[in-house]
Amino acid sequence: MSKATQNTNAAPQGSNKLLISMVSLGALCALLIAFTYEGTKPRIEKLKAEALEQAIFQVIPGAVTTSAFIYEEATGFRQITEGETATIFAGYGEDGKLSGLAIEAAGQGYADIIKILYGYIPEQEAVVGFYVLETKETPGLGDKIEKDENFLANFDALDVKIATQGDTLANTVVTVKNGEKQSPWEIDGITGATISSRAIGDMLGISTKEWIPLIQKNLEQLKK
Amino acid sequence: MDQNSNTNDNFWKRLENSPSTNEFLKGLWKDNPVFVQVLGMCPVLAVTNTAANALAMGLATAFVLFMSNTLVAAVKNYIPKQVRIASYILIIATFVTITDYAIQAISVSLHKSLGAFISLIVVNCLILSRAEAFASKNTVGRSMLDALGMGVGFAFALLCLGAVREILGNGSFFGMMIFPDNFQSWIIMILPAGGFFSLALWLFLINIFQQRKQKA
Repeated sequence: MSKATQNTNAAPQGSNKLLISMVSLGALCALLIAFTYEGTKPRIEKLKAEALEQAIFQVIPGAVTTSAFIYEEATGFRQITEGETATIFAGYGEDGKLSGLAIEAAGQGYADIIKILYGYIPEQEAVVGFYVLETKETPGLGDKIEKDENFLANFDALDVKIATQGDTLANTVVTVKNGEKQSPWEIDGITGATISSRAIGDMLGISTKEWIPLIQKNLEQLKK
Repeated sequence: MDQNSNTNDNFWKRLENSPSTNEFLKGLWKDNPVFVQVLGMCPVLAVTNTAANALAMGLATAFVLFMSNTLVAAVKNYIPKQVRIASYILIIATFVTITDYAIQAISVSLHKSLGAFISLIVVNCLILSRAEAFASKNTVGRSMLDALGMGVGFAFALLCLGAVREILGNGSFFGMMIFPDNFQSWIIMILPAGGFFSLALWLFLINIFQQRKQKA
């Protein structure tokens, strides 16, 4: 037998071996991953829900229970059913009354998208705080949006009143240069974290413009 | 009493000279993956901005290294030579995915702070190099010891960097403030540049130490 024919005979056998070994290894690995996924899934979901709940209670003062809502153009707000992602969260006090709402907002920061959850109190018509859900901002500089006390003081009561006529906001939330805040709807920026603090102002401006009029219009649906 | 201490001495001597001890110890010091082999620099520089992050990353890598080395050594005779690298990557990727889920189940905030770097353990050249250079040629037991030593050595090195960067850059160690309030933290140490500075510092110190030892 010549060398060439030997080679052609050997090839299919060899590739079968390669195939069998890769496929069985792949199946073994897939099995391992599936087991871990199933095993850790309930706990991961529980931890994530807890973290979100903590964030909600943090931005709505006095809230002890919460429920998640979704908005539909035709019917307004309704509680979510399983499998749906909520757009806003209502927080209720010990007496069961609506104490405030938590709304998610996102916008481009310095490094990446910043995702926040901010609290809104319908009675005061004010934004009362925010919690950073996701950030990759520079440690020591951009992350001042979470730590800088002067910056956080902007959110003691940030004005988002509805205009007297119609269903838009009277003023748009905006970040101004550090020390130049004059109106209650302006946010005093941070020197050294200009882009990050402006990002917070921008995302709040866009999100409040969209949501606050809707919330005020459909407020009864959000009460228990 | 005398005899007892004698056997004790013998035990330690035997342990010291046994090849398995060497297999474990070489990763800690003589062949330390970071300080001597300078492998896996991406997580070393990127995730060592705090001691806690560094330790978590080190332990996650050590776990993946240990599991993949064990499995590679166990199946090495069934894997044809042509597809061995692909198979090793498959095995490593599996354990990285498992680690990713495990870290999420331990703490969401830890998972958040390690970010994309957990998935990037897949391409840590330390792990693939141990699979190819050691586990594919040695028994399961020795591969486990090798991985344990290398893993602990890697975690130790990351912790060394993380400690220096957190103490100087934030004035704290594992989140506990250790400097008085008026300490002006060196922000550059927790920025990417600080990773290079502290790595250089540690390599410098360890090389000086090694040279002194060789001369003596």
